[in-house]
Amino acid sequence: MRSSPQQDKPKARGSASTQQPDLKDRGGSYLNHHFETAKVSWQRLMATPLATLMTLMMIAIALSLPGVLYVGLQNVEQLGQRWQGSAQLSVFLADALSEAEGRDLAQQLSDNSQFSQLSYLSKDEALAEFKAYAGFGNALELLKENPLPAVILITPSTDYLLSDDLSNLTQQLLSLDGVDDVRVDMDWVQRLQAMVTLGQRTVLLLGLLLALGVVLVVGNTIRLEIQNRRDEIIVVKLVGGTDSFVRRPFLYTGFWYGIGAGLVAWLLVQLSLWYLGTVVDRLIQLYHSEFQLQGLGLGATLLLMLIAVTLGSGGAWLAVLRHLRAIEPR
Amino acid sequence: MIRFDNVSMRYPGGHEALSRVSFSLERGEMAFLTGHSGAGKSTLLKLIMLMERASQGQVFVGDQNLNRMAVDQIPFLRRKIGVVFQNHQLLFDRSVFDNIALPLQISGYEKSSIGRRVRAALDKVGLLNKEKLNPILLSTGEQQRIGLARAIVNKPQVLLADEPTGNLDPQLSAEVMGLFHQFNQVGVTVLVASHDLDLISRMPHRCLTLQQGRLADA
Ligand SMILES: Nc1ncnc2c1ncn2[C@@H]1O[C@H](COP(=O)(O)OP(=O)(O)OP(=O)(O)O)[C@@H](O)[C@H]1O
Ligand SMILES: [Mg+2]
Repeated sequence: MRSSPQQDKPKARGSASTQQPDLKDRGGSYLNHHFETAKVSWQRLMATPLATLMTLMMIAIALSLPGVLYVGLQNVEQLGQRWQGSAQLSVFLADALSEAEGRDLAQQLSDNSQFSQLSYLSKDEALAEFKAYAGFGNALELLKENPLPAVILITPSTDYLLSDDLSNLTQQLLSLDGVDDVRVDMDWVQRLQAMVTLGQRTVLLLGLLLALGVVLVVGNTIRLEIQNRRDEIIVVKLVGGTDSFVRRPFLYTGFWYGIGAGLVAWLLVQLSLWYLGTVVDRLIQLYHSEFQLQGLGLGATLLLMLIAVTLGSGGAWLAVLRHLRAIEPR
Repeated sequence: MIRFDNVSMRYPGGHEALSRVSFSLERGEMAFLTGHSGAGKSTLLKLIMLMERASQGQVFVGDQNLNRMAVDQIPFLRRKIGVVFQNHQLLFDRSVFDNIALPLQISGYEKSSIGRRVRAALDKVGLLNKEKLNPILLSTGEQQRIGLARAIVNKPQVLLADEPTGNLDPQLSAEVMGLFHQFNQVGVTVLVASHDLDLISRMPHRCLTLQQGRLADA
């Protein structure tokens, strides 16, 4: 108006009908808009780094807790499986049996094709071994007599890995003269397996609860964000913004929280495992086993990210569903 | 273009803001809407925008019956209508440019054509040099003109204005009214609610007068 005189006499520009952006204009515009919205949502998060970080950490911790437990159990289970492959029978001999008789019995048994490995430990050898590995040396010195029985250690051939076959074998061995007791290490492995299963259920339950927590944290954060941007939402609706246009930035915010928290959670899990790994290594050495603590593999990492993104976006979605409707221009 | 057929509007509180209002505005026509404060001017404009729905009667925009319009169609109705609000409704978290660009972004324009159109709109209201400022820094009159620029940037078929000269000095008021006249000249249907009877009387347009929610014959 004050600018140029030619404004006063506008050229009649044909019709005043609403000009929808022509196709060329719209081309990649939809994708572009998504990209822009994602970028703006990201920038908004970065504009308040401390608040963003705190929310992110809350979500990440909730995600990493079941993550660490899950990986821990996975490792224990793997360890169990490894030992299951080498179930061992300890055949304890009666004290009445002399060392020579004991070696005889071992000799007889070793002809048996059911066993892949067999060794005889006399009372003295058993004591020596026990002292060396269990660290009870001094305590045992106090005893006048060697309390340990002689033992034949048997590794059954791989045909005898099923527990039914193993218990048959145990019965046979028990019925032999001079055998006091037979222990199957398998018992322990089965107990471990049961505990792992219980643990997995617990982790699953804990995980579900924490997932709900994550959804609520994201939902609440987005709710506050929606309240803060109330004016903007009203104006956007007034000038013709569709519901999905209004929703989009908030959904992207949830998406970013998910991605960010997923990455931080991954880092937390790996750090925890690395720390636990140093402890486990010492423990493992004590049992002369070659065992490597497994971290999050590629599959588990992707799963973690997927869960994080789903929970982040889901929380945002719930907040948006619940709170955007209420904001209408009046 | 705009037709009211025996329209009544009762707010939830029970107050009847409009009763049995009937009028029609041809495509390309311009009219003023006057009346005392509380007479129902803003309410009438809100019905056209579907910010409220009529309690009785029919409202038509173009050939669309707004009573039958589904909620998910409302945004597309609003894209056809440019509105200058009584309380300007500008966003103070972004620049003048971004405020005016908003309707274009919503309709899905490319960045380059957004720039061109925003500057054209700013040029029309004479505020081309303020594009980078935050609107909170502008005077009330300037804010109102930014609101006008946003209303026309999408080249709407219908232009509504609620007290667009409320905060302007007489000369600026006349210029803004002149702008509405200009848009009408290129074919836009214009409806302006205003108190400024003096100014209105000097314009060659029809005047609808509301008295306590009823349309008086002028
Ligand atoms: N949301 C609402 N709920 C209840 N009553 C309302 C609402 N909005 C407006 N009213 C009432 O409806 C009547 C008409 O209001 P409206 O805003 O349309 O008047 P107006 O002519 O625009 O007045 P002004 O010139 O002061 O802007 C008024 O009496 C007002 O109190
Ligand atoms: Mg009003």
